[in-house]
Amino acid sequence: MSRLLGQTPSQTVGPYFAYGLTPRQYFYDHGSAYTPVLAQPQAAGEHITVTGRVFDGKGQPVNDAMIEIAQLDAQGREVTSAEQAKERGFTGFGRCGTGTDAQLRFAFTTVKPGAAAGEAPHIDVIVFMRGMLSHAFTRLYFDDEAAANAQDAVLQSVPADRRATLVARRDVQPGGVVYHFDIHMQGERETVFFDL
Amino acid sequence: MSDTVTLRPRDWDSHPAYIHPEYKSTVLRGPTKPLLPMKDKLRQLRAPVYGHDAIGALDHDLTRNAARNGAPLGERIVVTGRVVDERGRPVRNTLVEIWQANAAGRYVHKVDQHDAPLDPNFLGAGRTLTDSEGRYKFYTVKPGAYPWGNHPNAWRPNHIHFSLFGEYFASRLVTQMYFPGDPLLALDPIFQGTPERARDRLISQFTLDVTEPDFALGYVFDIVLRGPNETPMETQR
Repeated sequence: MSRLLGQTPSQTVGPYFAYGLTPRQYFYDHGSAYTPVLAQPQAAGEHITVTGRVFDGKGQPVNDAMIEIAQLDAQGREVTSAEQAKERGFTGFGRCGTGTDAQLRFAFTTVKPGAAAGEAPHIDVIVFMRGMLSHAFTRLYFDDEAAANAQDAVLQSVPADRRATLVARRDVQPGGVVYHFDIHMQGERETVFFDL
Repeated sequence: MSDTVTLRPRDWDSHPAYIHPEYKSTVLRGPTKPLLPMKDKLRQLRAPVYGHDAIGALDHDLTRNAARNGAPLGERIVVTGRVVDERGRPVRNTLVEIWQANAAGRYVHKVDQHDAPLDPNFLGAGRTLTDSEGRYKFYTVKPGAYPWGNHPNAWRPNHIHFSLFGEYFASRLVTQMYFPGDPLLALDPIFQGTPERARDRLISQFTLDVTEPDFALGYVFDIVLRGPNETPMETQR
């Protein structure tokens, strides 16, 4: 068997990531590679906000977490080039820190993803923060997709009593459709994290 | 990329565990329940797209990208290396983002209250794309050490934060690059939270080969990301 190189170890994102990774959101004078806005107004599909907080083991909201999300567009297509992203008005990837909102929420402006064949619509999520030496992967499903969720192999692989931690709650507000998705790092409602 | 590609697993003998009590914040922030296995399909999900036009001409040069009326203070350095997968194949055209303290050990970040001076000519953030050989290169100043509240008289070793994507969603990596011979490494619970066999991979190497005469000391930091599994044919060799 050929020799493999060892993976470079992960280290924490630390408390001071904002001017490096989310500068625009935090009002630093430096461009942002990715922002909390995935979808421009012209993007096809149902425009939604995905928001929530990250809670530590004492139930305190975390003010220095960074959340990244990746998803298909409203038609269930992956974005595979910068040109496509521009054409569709949709990047497929977003990044948001929890330190700029008074209630310590993250909030993404996006569209509800379409589903790939055989899967329920979902958003893949990565959680980083000071106090995490390695990041954690989780996944967001939609509570108005009960039929699709019941057929989704990944969601169904999760023990029934923990599935609810992955399902966002739809809330139709005057300003638009909001999905609430809180992330609990520990405790009774600890979010399911995946080894992928 | 073919549909049959699967990524090699995250090597938990190389990455730190979620809970490492010596690094106190991990105790309430790391997941406590075992991770659930995810089917291979998600590992194939590609890394996000990134428009090349969004990289500014000076984004890789932290000694110039925030200069207002002069050069930043400190020891100018070159930080370069290759981003490869576990089989040593270059990861081309991938985004590398860095951020760091200034030479005095102070971050621009508004919540950093360490009593050390800010440098009006230094932001401490940069980004670049790797070339066709997986190579990246930054110019910056050597970051200073700084105190933190983890335990009495705790100091972080000099380090530069790195963020990388690689080719796949699952090859995402956020890490820190350290400097050789730093006495604080032995005392740092973040560095020490890494499995012992893998710690050396986080330490850059000083080398004259990339040191630029009369200009800047050179440090090499190569990064290995998760890559595709070998095909059955190759494992037989």
